[in-house]
Amino acid sequence: MIDQIVLLLNDYTFQVVALGTGFLGLLSGVIGTFATLRKESLLGDALSHAALPGIGIAFLLIQRKELSLLLLGAMIAGLLATLIIQVMSRKTVVKLDSALSLVLSSFFGLGLVILTAIQNNPNARQAGLSNFIFGQASAMLRRDVQLIAVVGSVLLMLVVLFWKEFKVFTFDPMFARTLGFSSKITETLLSTMIVITIILGLESVGVILISALLIGPSVAARQWTDRLSLMMIIAGVIGFISGVMGTFISSLAARIPTGPTIVVVVSFFVFISLFFSPKRGILANHFAYKKRQRAFMKQIRSLEEGKG
Amino acid sequence: MSMITQITMVAVVVAVTCALPGVFLVLRGTTMVSDAITHTVLLGIVLAFFITQDLRSPWLMIGATLVGVGTVWAIEALQQTKLLSNDAAIGIIFPLFFSIAIILITRYAGNVHLDVDAVLMGEVAFAPFRRFVFMGMDLGPRALWTMLVILILNSLFIFLFYKELKLTTFDAAFAAAVGFSPVLVHYGLMTLVSLTAVGAYDSVGSILVVGFMVGPPLAAYLLTDRLYIMIALSIVLAIVNSVVGVQLAFALDTTIAGMIATVTGFTTLLIFVLSPKKGLIKASLNRRRELKKIDRQIKQAQKS
Repeated sequence: MIDQIVLLLNDYTFQVVALGTGFLGLLSGVIGTFATLRKESLLGDALSHAALPGIGIAFLLIQRKELSLLLLGAMIAGLLATLIIQVMSRKTVVKLDSALSLVLSSFFGLGLVILTAIQNNPNARQAGLSNFIFGQASAMLRRDVQLIAVVGSVLLMLVVLFWKEFKVFTFDPMFARTLGFSSKITETLLSTMIVITIILGLESVGVILISALLIGPSVAARQWTDRLSLMMIIAGVIGFISGVMGTFISSLAARIPTGPTIVVVVSFFVFISLFFSPKRGILANHFAYKKRQRAFMKQIRSLEEGKG
Repeated sequence: MSMITQITMVAVVVAVTCALPGVFLVLRGTTMVSDAITHTVLLGIVLAFFITQDLRSPWLMIGATLVGVGTVWAIEALQQTKLLSNDAAIGIIFPLFFSIAIILITRYAGNVHLDVDAVLMGEVAFAPFRRFVFMGMDLGPRALWTMLVILILNSLFIFLFYKELKLTTFDAAFAAAVGFSPVLVHYGLMTLVSLTAVGAYDSVGSILVVGFMVGPPLAAYLLTDRLYIMIALSIVLAIVNSVVGVQLAFALDTTIAGMIATVTGFTTLLIFVLSPKKGLIKASLNRRRELKKIDRQIKQAQKS
């Protein structure tokens, strides 16, 4: 058993994939923190579904499976979806959740229409386009990991660079505006970063599950601290560990898909945090409640004794 | 009956069945919960399939529906801890359930006649091949009958509990005060949403169902302020979208469910922009008029 694990850890493919999913987890943990705190966690879900037609149209235009161009198409579609969702939910009476659901399903439907049309066209080069729906981490190559690492570093640098702006904008957008920060620029930058993170994860984790990577680590991290910087670091670490562990577990046996396994690992961290966080966890809350109850009973009893 | 007529009939019935509970989802602002349900019933379908080994078993539908209702319960339990925001709770629960379902399907793919793509994407085009044969008589596509039953259930629920639904949707506190239970109505509605999602999955797949539920009611909501007109308009729009979608899909030789979802998105966006009551153009005109009014008032105030 141990031999097997050592063998696996030394395996080149495993190392590449684990590193790739680990980076991805780290990145989405950090970027997802903003989305979660701004209560826009489901935006990621809608945007990832909305990226599908972008991939299809990009393929139709270039007729090749050139990853960077497909991802560019996905990004344009994602940004267009963001725009539609924001106009719908802000300029009229339409609620955010309705806008999200509508954009999510109609973009995804359009994506399926285009992908099916491509598949009905005899063209050997289209193989593997449907992998974007579920992702295929095991197919990750060295250059994919490099792409994630490079783009990820740029995004992380942007977070550090615009730390003050993002922070004030996340917690108090009104105050940010009175201070003279342009909310439009900050918001566009932030949603572009979220879209890019999603796009990077499309190939390995897939359209449907990438949103879980954005939400999970930050929700778990939120339970352990009240400081944004610390929360972001914890979320990054949890994301990284989840990516590596998910890849590890799915490599242990045949036919365990990587993306869903990573999601299960992330959810495990979330539930551990929700239950066992020392300050605000469910158990801590429960014990604090019991303690208050006992103290209250004691007071009542001492009052009764005093009377008698 | 020709193939395309049968497919159109199935598509229309599915669209109307989804639009009915969708009206209340849109008004209550819980459409993303229905998105979660449509994903998680997959877990129910898989688990029930392991037990019954029969995709047509009614137990499979009941089991999957229960998992859908369980999803709602799990999301609300998480929300009540107040440790995470309401939408994050949705975003935590449904990918987890969904991932477990995918892992189970992939792991046992060899011995299970259950295809991930089929469950997720669905395909109305196959509906006419799955016949409903009763006492030796061929009564048409099975999906048509399944969805008709669910359509009748949905209509009955809305007809019988119209008052309760209306009251709990628009003023839950008042409803509770006068003795209606908002929780009961809520779970009744969510049960129907789950059942509809389960019934529709092999025709339209679990991701597009939410578009069928949200699109027509949202467009109708933009056109009217009256509940019964909104319901009627949703039904009309659902029918129009699915008929146009089927025709376009046949013309372009592509997925029917995806095409209907695309058409639904398109018509809803069109109505969103153009609606004379609450549309985008109207809203920006209103805003401009308000600004002008304020400008005038300021000028008057300066003069005097």
